[in-house]
Amino acid sequence: MLDSNKDSLKLEAMKRIVAMIARGKNASDLFPAVVKNVACKNIEVKKLVYVYLVRYAEEQQDLALLSISTFQRGLKDPNQLIRASALRVLSSIRVTIIVPIMMLAIKEAASDMSPYVRKTAAHAIPKLYSLDPEQKDQLIEVIEKLLADKTTLVAGSVVMAFEEVCPERIDLIHKNYRKLCNLLIDVEEWGQVVIINMLTRYARTQFLNPNINEGSGGDKTFYGSDEDEDEDEEEKEKNPYVMDPDHRLLLRNTKPLLQSRNAAVVMAVAQLYFHLAPKAEVGVIAKALVRLLRSHSEVQYVVLQNVATMTIKRRGMFEPYLKSFYIRSTDPTQIKVLKLEVLTNLANETNISTILREFQTYIKSMDKDFVAATIQAIGRCATNIGEVRDTCLNGLVQLLSNRDELVVAESVVVIKKLLQMQPEKHSDIIKHMAKLTDNIQVPMARASILWLIGEYCEHVPKIAPDVLRKMAKSFTNEEDIVKLQIINLAAKLYLTNSKQTKLLTQYVLNLAKYDQNYDIRDRARFIRQLIVPTEKSGALSKYAKKLFLALKPAPVLESPFKDRDHFQLGSLSHLLNAKAGGYQELPDWPEAAPDPSVRNVEVKDSVRAVGTVTFRDTGGLWDLQGPQKVEGKSDSASGSESGSGSEESGSGSESVESEEGSESEEEEEDEEEKNKKKKKKELKKPVQETLTILHLVLCLQTIAPSSALKNYELLHRITGEGLSVEYCFSRQPFSPDANMVAVQMQFTNNATSDTKNLHMEDVKLQSGMRVKEFPEIGDINVAVIKNKRSRSCSKFFVSIQPPVGELMRPIFLTENEFKKEQGQLMGMNEITEKLTLDAKCRNEHAIVQRVTTAANLSRVPCGSDKECRFAGRTVTSSSLVLVTVATKEEGAAQLTVNCEKMLIGTMLVKDILLALTQ
Amino acid sequence: MIHSLFLVNASGDIFLEKHWKSVVSRSVCDYFFEAQERATEPENVPPVIPTPHHYLISVLRHRIYFVAVIQSEVPPLFVIEFLHRVVDTFQDYFGVCTEAAIKDNVVVVYELLEEMLDNGFPLATESNILKELIKPPTILRTMVNTITGSTNVGEQLPTGQLSVVPWRRTGVKYTNNEAYFDVVEEIDAIIDKSGSTITAEIQGVIDACVKLTGMPDLTLSFMNPRLLDDVSFHPCVRFKRWEAERILSFIPPDGNFRLLSYHVSSQNLVAIPVYVKHNITFREGSSQGRFDLTLGPKQTMGKAVESVLVSSQLPRGVLNANLNPSQGTYTFDPVTKMLSWDVGKINPQKLPSLKGTMSLQAGASKPDENPSINIQFKIQQMAISGLKVNRLDMYGEKYKPFKGIKYMTKAGKFQVRT
Repeated sequence: MLDSNKDSLKLEAMKRIVAMIARGKNASDLFPAVVKNVACKNIEVKKLVYVYLVRYAEEQQDLALLSISTFQRGLKDPNQLIRASALRVLSSIRVTIIVPIMMLAIKEAASDMSPYVRKTAAHAIPKLYSLDPEQKDQLIEVIEKLLADKTTLVAGSVVMAFEEVCPERIDLIHKNYRKLCNLLIDVEEWGQVVIINMLTRYARTQFLNPNINEGSGGDKTFYGSDEDEDEDEEEKEKNPYVMDPDHRLLLRNTKPLLQSRNAAVVMAVAQLYFHLAPKAEVGVIAKALVRLLRSHSEVQYVVLQNVATMTIKRRGMFEPYLKSFYIRSTDPTQIKVLKLEVLTNLANETNISTILREFQTYIKSMDKDFVAATIQAIGRCATNIGEVRDTCLNGLVQLLSNRDELVVAESVVVIKKLLQMQPEKHSDIIKHMAKLTDNIQVPMARASILWLIGEYCEHVPKIAPDVLRKMAKSFTNEEDIVKLQIINLAAKLYLTNSKQTKLLTQYVLNLAKYDQNYDIRDRARFIRQLIVPTEKSGALSKYAKKLFLALKPAPVLESPFKDRDHFQLGSLSHLLNAKAGGYQELPDWPEAAPDPSVRNVEVKDSVRAVGTVTFRDTGGLWDLQGPQKVEGKSDSASGSESGSGSEESGSGSESVESEEGSESEEEEEDEEEKNKKKKKKELKKPVQETLTILHLVLCLQTIAPSSALKNYELLHRITGEGLSVEYCFSRQPFSPDANMVAVQMQFTNNATSDTKNLHMEDVKLQSGMRVKEFPEIGDINVAVIKNKRSRSCSKFFVSIQPPVGELMRPIFLTENEFKKEQGQLMGMNEITEKLTLDAKCRNEHAIVQRVTTAANLSRVPCGSDKECRFAGRTVTSSSLVLVTVATKEEGAAQLTVNCEKMLIGTMLVKDILLALTQ
Repeated sequence: MIHSLFLVNASGDIFLEKHWKSVVSRSVCDYFFEAQERATEPENVPPVIPTPHHYLISVLRHRIYFVAVIQSEVPPLFVIEFLHRVVDTFQDYFGVCTEAAIKDNVVVVYELLEEMLDNGFPLATESNILKELIKPPTILRTMVNTITGSTNVGEQLPTGQLSVVPWRRTGVKYTNNEAYFDVVEEIDAIIDKSGSTITAEIQGVIDACVKLTGMPDLTLSFMNPRLLDDVSFHPCVRFKRWEAERILSFIPPDGNFRLLSYHVSSQNLVAIPVYVKHNITFREGSSQGRFDLTLGPKQTMGKAVESVLVSSQLPRGVLNANLNPSQGTYTFDPVTKMLSWDVGKINPQKLPSLKGTMSLQAGASKPDENPSINIQFKIQQMAISGLKVNRLDMYGEKYKPFKGIKYMTKAGKFQVRT
């Protein structure tokens, strides 16, 4: 069927093969027949062949090589989906011979213009690394490059690659730290988890411990939380700790993610707060974690494990939610046990009575494992909280009359531990337990009772020998641990009360001598030598009493989660309490903070708030005579907004790039707050506020050019009554709408009063004078900015006139492609101008710089150094724009522009000429 | 991250396997089976099982175990959450997520898994995107495909993938534009023997079914948003706006989705809509036990309590129950000792009751614990917390959508201890 010409038959065959693979049957015999179809046109067949290839290529390396050329062709395909899938399959084929090909493909894809392909490249990095770790250095280079990528799509994947390939190269993060923090909220959820975990580690190495002034947190668990805080404050006054603004940035930007619907994200943020936040702020995570308890039982299991660890260190955090941990009879046992653990950890003097009452109902449960765990928990509460010890003990003693043996046995074990703490008071309990030996069959419990009687035989001098007598009778039928304890009891009694028990002890020891278990025989022999005085017996026997009846320290009942917090919370290692492969240790806080300036990134404007306003271009902009429409969206921020955490005051971060924001009004409120704060600080200097950046968007994705952005003035501060507006063409891709160009506006308030309710009104499109010769922009947008200041409204009419160079996006062409395209755009479409270059721009670098500033084009590689070539596409019509600057002697040069649209060509020539000659 | 995935059915057969990296032999599942044997109940299998070379992380949904094989450190919740997402996607595609459905659509399942994970790292998990990549199988589509030879695999990269609204596909068109919102609240409560409430809290969700053309921008406001104490959102909701104005503003995904889930602050007293009078006793020495249960409505604001279902796990010693319901039917499973009573609607004039005797194992001592009673019920057209939607507005599109909001209160984990 695979050899058939019909796609439908091939598809049917492939489906059957895939079904075989799914069931785990071996289909490797069909490899040659399947590989032939790798170039099939039908996309579904192709996909299924890919599935097959990835599964079996490892086994049939030679044959797999046949398919490589198809993928290489696919890598050059104009459809980004095909490029990406080719790279995916190519990198998934685990054949060592093609490592160099993969390396090349990854490098190429890492600079692809489609972020989707770049994302795929990031995914391919760990695949290649696992195939050939020697490529590490080269891969790190690629990772470094991709880390600098500004799209949210790539961020998660590249951090994943970073974690797998070079988690130790923390230095790569410095420059991207702020960007990652700001992008975080827009990254897809899985990426968020990885980034947050990575940033936790990063922050541990770079910032100071915010809780440094409180000493070790664990010691304080017995203090009330209020007291704690007071102390903290006092200490802080003595030695003020100032949090690094970047540390604050991270905490602030992750906080909204606690509201994520994805449990993994919530957990990641929770662990970040637990490990990084100052003590007073950790509390916010409790609510979110408690919410997760509503989720699937597997999620509950993991969350409870982590909560259990947290409750040991920070008990106050979960106390308000105590009731959320109450147990229902329908919970699976493992969840019950974990909840019990949390409840025990949360118990303190104030709530112990409610908790104990809860425990009482649990003891009646049908689930015996759970009852046993509850008894243990009661024991732990009793040891931790002195006041209730007697109540607990009494409760436990009552349980001794329970009909279920397991319950009784468990209580005996716990009572034994509790009694050890204060045996004098409770001899009646010991007596009661001695009576139980007749009934209890569970070996552990019997052994515990015997040990107790032996240890405290002075308190019960009459009963002890009698118990020994009974035990001696049944010695041969006992379990090993019980036998050992019988021997112990005998020895202890012999030492304290040899008159009554001498014969009994002899008898027991004789029985033990012929026991099947060598441990017991050994013990009997050892004890006989030790306690029975003979001629040969050495110095040891004198000390026998001391040896046996020494005061033993009471055992400490502690949580199994006690020391788990040295593992990063939420990690697999933490869950298992063992180091999993590839686990990265959470570093300790540094003594002194490393240089924070490493994270500084050069940014031109310090923009503090970002908002987005979109204008929708309904097409036809390039239509010369057609009516032009721009719909303004007064509600702003239509497509691109999401909860933003991007207002970053004074950090000078890259928030310009983040396409997030919120409604202007809201922004205003934030600004107001900020304003107030500022005023305090800056002592009534004219308040500089940057408000909103407006994206006027008319264009498809562009690649961020290296050249500097030119700022244009939209509203002068004098005409704007203190409000000045500047705009520039950010050349950022504006993804919500394909045919738009991004315009960034920067609002600066130079007045002393606040500016409120800044918004756009009546965005109009006017056909002005220049429409005919300049149809593409003309006076398209006359935006009215309404500026309400203390109940008075101000309106300003402004217009934006984008230069023609901004209305294109750069594309990548090779030299040959460029020449070919140029050849097709001769004649009418070619405009040539001679010019003399400005004195300052005679070298190649300066030319490139000026041309890219004037127009949004990208450089095309070129063989000769006399020529510079650039290429781009216009916005809506996607017509090709090719620019060539050929330099000659003494500053003479020739500029050639090839473009389908002659008007654009002429305009562009003018602009570039101006740029080059000035 | 995720190396392989095995799907194991209730009888312990691996019926599907998928590997994203080198093939992991299915014998690794033996460790899982061991753990399964050790656990008495199916839900007691630990979600994370360490084996010498791998770690197995499993979830149980619809009586199928989804076992993921991990080789190195990864946040366990990451995997668990992903596996649940896989199940949700299957359910979305095939209507049900059963062994039969998966086996029937094994090719689609494989294509889905291929798209959802790349090298073990999640790639596309948003159902709107997946549906553009791989069309869900419908009868009509299968017919068309067989005739025209077209495929159900999309050729273009879904536009959502690249935009800032990755959850919504572009080019949505409907003739009837409608947006429905269901406010569903669940009461979790534990009531003790004497009828007093030990703990009660309200958890609510707003599920939406939005079928709107184009790129609508919706805002939903509440009459009393302060009620909502802890909320978690679908990624589409603008968090800022909520923080500042307590308004939900979002561009919705296409189709069904959960807009928000919330928790009503525990300070507010929770109205418990039903009460239970119970009298379950076992007498020492006799092999009989008495069972007497009466249900009644309480604080329901005049709405009827419907679809009431009472279930209780009776003690192991109970052999049989001979009961007499005043309405509805009851069943008792002598193997699992599960008693369930399907009451239906509670009529406040004539309270439903279930009375009778239980026969115990002869000679066995009386069970020392009393069974707890789980109750399920529904109350239509009421949100017990009092939450009310104020209005729904749409921006960005010109047409008038049809809007609808439905309220419902249900019992969540509602338990009465006896």
